[in-house]
Amino acid sequence: MRNNSAQFFDSAYQNRTAKILRFLHIDPLLLFGLLMLMAAGLVILYSAGDGSTALIERQMIRLAIAFTVMFVIAQIPQQQLYLWAPWFFAVGITLLILVLLAGDVGKGAQRWLNLYVVKFQPSEMMKLVTPMMLAWYLSEKPLPPRLPSLLISLVLVAVPTLLIALQPDLGTALLVVTAGFFVVYFGGIQWRVLLGTGLAVLASVPVLWQFMHDYQKQRVLTLLNPESDPLGAGYHIIQSKIAIGSGGLYGKGWFNGTQSQLDFIPERTTDFIFSVFSEEFGTMGAVVLLSIYAFIIIRCLYIAANAQDSFGRLLAGSLSLTFFVYLFVNVGMVSGILPVVGVPLPLVSYGGTSMVTLMAGFGMLMSISTHRRLVTK
Amino acid sequence: MSYKSHVSDHSYEVYLFRIRVIVAVIIALILIGGLLVRLAWLQVVDYSHFSKLSESNRIRLMALPPNRGLIYDRNGVLLAENIPTYHLEIIPEQVKDMTATLRELSKIVSLSDADLENFHKQLKVKRSFQRIALRTHLDEKEVARLAVNRYRFPGVDVKARLSRYYPQGESASHAIGYVGRINEKDLRHIDVGNYRGSNYIGKSGLEKFYEKQLHGTVGHQDVEVNAQGRILRVIDKVAPVPGNDLILNLDMALQKQAEIALGDLAGSVIAIEPDTGAVVVFVSKPMFDPNLFVHGISYKDYNKLQHGDNKPLFNRAIFGQYPPGSTLKPFIGLGGLDTGSIDPNEIVNCKGYYLLPGDKTKRKYRDWKKWGHGKVNFETAIEQSCDVYFYELAHRMGIDKIHDFLAKFGFGQKTGIDLYGERKGILPSTEWKKKNRGKIWYPGETLIAGIGQGYMLVTPIQLASATATLASRGERFQPRLLKAIHVADGDKIIPLNPPHERIKLHNKHNWDRIDNAMELVVHGPHGTARATGWGMKFKMAGKTGTAQVFGIAQDAKYDKATIAKKLRDHGLFIGFGPVGHPVLAVAVVAENGEHGSHMAPIARDLIKNYIKKYITTNDAK
Repeated sequence: MRNNSAQFFDSAYQNRTAKILRFLHIDPLLLFGLLMLMAAGLVILYSAGDGSTALIERQMIRLAIAFTVMFVIAQIPQQQLYLWAPWFFAVGITLLILVLLAGDVGKGAQRWLNLYVVKFQPSEMMKLVTPMMLAWYLSEKPLPPRLPSLLISLVLVAVPTLLIALQPDLGTALLVVTAGFFVVYFGGIQWRVLLGTGLAVLASVPVLWQFMHDYQKQRVLTLLNPESDPLGAGYHIIQSKIAIGSGGLYGKGWFNGTQSQLDFIPERTTDFIFSVFSEEFGTMGAVVLLSIYAFIIIRCLYIAANAQDSFGRLLAGSLSLTFFVYLFVNVGMVSGILPVVGVPLPLVSYGGTSMVTLMAGFGMLMSISTHRRLVTK
Repeated sequence: MSYKSHVSDHSYEVYLFRIRVIVAVIIALILIGGLLVRLAWLQVVDYSHFSKLSESNRIRLMALPPNRGLIYDRNGVLLAENIPTYHLEIIPEQVKDMTATLRELSKIVSLSDADLENFHKQLKVKRSFQRIALRTHLDEKEVARLAVNRYRFPGVDVKARLSRYYPQGESASHAIGYVGRINEKDLRHIDVGNYRGSNYIGKSGLEKFYEKQLHGTVGHQDVEVNAQGRILRVIDKVAPVPGNDLILNLDMALQKQAEIALGDLAGSVIAIEPDTGAVVVFVSKPMFDPNLFVHGISYKDYNKLQHGDNKPLFNRAIFGQYPPGSTLKPFIGLGGLDTGSIDPNEIVNCKGYYLLPGDKTKRKYRDWKKWGHGKVNFETAIEQSCDVYFYELAHRMGIDKIHDFLAKFGFGQKTGIDLYGERKGILPSTEWKKKNRGKIWYPGETLIAGIGQGYMLVTPIQLASATATLASRGERFQPRLLKAIHVADGDKIIPLNPPHERIKLHNKHNWDRIDNAMELVVHGPHGTARATGWGMKFKMAGKTGTAQVFGIAQDAKYDKATIAKKLRDHGLFIGFGPVGHPVLAVAVVAENGEHGSHMAPIARDLIKNYIKKYITTNDAK
C-alpha cells in the first residue's frame, strides 16, 4: 500500500523541473501563484508610479530579498520549526519588552529595535511567531482544545498583543490576535464557544466606543459618511471610490486612469494601489487579480489540510487565513466598506515592511508542504 | 494511551481539521465574492455616477477661501482691508517656446534672477497643466503693459488675488498687529480643513486675538476642468462665510495725535473711557509697518525690527514693565485714607529726608527736593509729589496693606485686554518677596515702594486701567480694544460689554479728596504739572512721575550722546478729565523722557480733543 503510493508520488513528479523544485523544497503551484501576483503587482506599480523605473527597480530588489528569505526558510524542516517555536516566542517577547524599554521612536510609536547593523521591528516577527507558538502548544494537547488549554492559548496571544498595543501599534496587534485566533479555530474550538465569543465582541462595541480616541471615532464616522468631510478625512475614500467606480467593467486602460495619473488618489503606490488597478483594469481586472489571491489562499489551505502533523496543520492554516485578512482589509478599505487603517495590499503595494514577513510565512508553508517525513510507524 | 486510540484520535483530528478548512475556504470565497460584489456595485451599478465625477477628468474639489474680516476704528476709519494684488502666472503646456516667452516677458515686466530660479524649480515639480507663479505683486503699469501684449503670450495669465493691506501704515500697528503666511507652527493649532485655500493667519495683535472672528469659514466647489486645468463649469458650490469685521474703540485721529506727541521717544500712551473701559488710544513707540509682514519679511528687516534700535516690534503698552514712580502716589494715598492710616488734614513736616523710626543706621531716605517741601498735608503732598509724606504713609500702612489695596486697582495682575501675552508687572508684598526672592521683607523697602520705586513694576495698560478706575470712582472695567463685531452674514452689529467690578471704599468722600489733590497737580499753585494747566478750559486731574533708569547694558555700539540719553529718567504721567465728570483717562510712559511733567500736555490735548469731538457735539444735539 505504502509502496503503491510512493510509486504514485514518484510518477506524478516524473519531469526534471518538478524534481529540482522538490529538491529545493519549493511548492510549484504556490510558487506559480506568487509569481503571477508579483508580476501583476509590478505592472500596476509601473503605472501608479508615473512610469518610474527607479521605483520598479527598488521594488524588485525588495521582492528578491523577500524571495531569498522564503527560500531559506523553506529549507528548514517543519520538525525543526516545531522545536524552535517556544524559543522564538521567548526571544520575541524579550525583544518586545526591550523595544518598550529602549526602542527607537518612529512616527510617535516605539516599534524599532536598533541592532546597530539593522533596525529591527520585533512586532513584525510576532505575526509569525505567535501562531507558531500557539500551534506548538495546541498540537501537544488533545484536540479539540478543552477550557484550560483555551485559557492558556488566550494568555499566549494576549501577552504579545498587549506588548505591541503598548508601542502603540494597534494594527499589528490586531493582526497578531487574528493569527492566534485562526490557530484556535483550526484547533477545533467548539462552534458554540466561537458563537458566544462573537456575540460578546459585538456587545462590547458600544463600550469600546466610549474608550476610543476622538480621531478614531472620526475615522469610523467618516467611513459611514465620507461626504461629510470632503476636504478632510473623507478625501481619501471619496477619491478612491471615484477611481474604482469610474473604471467601469473593463477599466480605462493601463496608464489611462485619470484619477490615478492626475494625483487624485492619495498613497497610490502603497495603500491605495488597488484603486489604481481597479480604475485602469475595471471589474474584469479585479476578478482576475482576486482570483490569483483566491488561488494562493486555496493552495495554502490545501497544503494545511495535507500537512503531516498537527503543528503543521495549525500553523499552515493560520498563515493562509492571515494572508486572506490582509487582502480583505485592504480591498475593503479602498472600496469604502472598512475604515482607512493603513494595511497594504499584500505583495503588490510598494515597499512595506510586511513583505518580508509575508514571504517568510510562505517559506514555512513551502516547508510544511515539501518536508514530508516518510512515516515508518 | 493505547496505539489504537491514538490512531483514532489522530484521524478524528484530521477529520475535524479538514472540516474547518472547508468552512474556511467557503467563508473566504464568500468574502472575496462580497468584495467583487462591492466593486461591481461601484463599477457597474454606480458607474455613470462615478464616471461623471471623473469623466475626462475632471471633477476637482476646490476650496473657496473666505474673505478676511475688515478692521475699522470707532468712526469707520479703515485699519485693515483686503486689496487685490496681481500675479503673473504661466501654464507651461500652453507655452510653445518657454525661453523665448521668458525673454520677451522680461522686457515688459521686471523679472529678477530669484523669480526665474524659483520658476524653473517649480517647472520641474509641477504638472504641465498647473499654473506656476512667475512674478507676484505686479504694479499697475506692469498689469497694463501685460494686458496690451496679452495676445503675444499664450499660456501667460494675470491673476488677481486678495491680500491684506493696512492703509494706516505704522499707525496703531501694535494694536492691530499683522497677518503672515501660515507656517508649520500655526498648522498645529488650527482646523486645517477650514484653512484650505487660506494664505494668511493673524500673527500678532488683534489680527491674532480675534483670528476666529476674522477668518470666516471655508467654502468649496466641485469644478469640471479640462485637460489644461482650465475650469469649464462649476458643478456644485458651497459658498464660504466671510469673516466678521471688527469695529474698534480706537479713534484714529486721537491715536495719531498721541503718536506724534510722543515724538522720537520710545514709550506708550493709552487712553481709556472710564465709564466703559473702551481703549481709545493705544500707542507703543517705536512702531513698525505691518504691511512688511504680509508677503513675508526678509530676515534682515525682521531682525532690525526685533532687535534693532528700541526694538520696534516690542509692544511696550502690554509687555513693557516700568517702575511707576510717583504716579503710584494717588493710589497709595487713597489707600492710606481709606485704611485710616492717615488723616487727610494731618500735617507732615518735610525736611528733605526721612528717618525710619527705630533704624539704628540712621539712613536718610531723601526727598527729590533736597531742601524739602516744609509742612504738607494730603492734598499738597500729592500736588507737590512730596516723597517724605509718602515714606511716612507707607511706613504706617505696611507693605501688605499697600499690596492689598493696590491689588483692587489691578496692579500685579493682567488687565485682561484683548491682546495676547500681556505682562503682570510686580506688586510686591512680604509673601511675594519670600516666594520670588527667598528673603524677608525689610521695612526700608516699604518706604521705597511707597514712592513707586524698588520692586514695583507696572505695564502702561495697567497704569491706564487703574487711572480709569480712579476716574470712575471704582468702576474697574476690563480694557477693550474691540467695540463691536460686524457680522457680514445678516449685517448685524454685536456690541461687546466688557466685564467690570466695583471697588468700594469705607468712606466715599475719599474719592473727592483724591480728585481734589490730583486737580491741584495740574491747576494748583505748586502743582508739578502746573505749566500744563495754564489757560485750560476744563479741569484735569493728574499725577506726574519720574522713574530712575537702573543702569543699562554697556553696549559699545552706542555713541556718547546716545548713552547719555539712555541714562535719562523715564517720564510718566497719568490724568483724567474733566474733574467731576471725567470722560477720558490717560497714561503716558516715555522712556528717557526725563520728567513726567513733560508728558502732561499729551494727556491734556487728548482729553481736550476728545471732549471737542464727542462731548460738545452731543451736547449741541
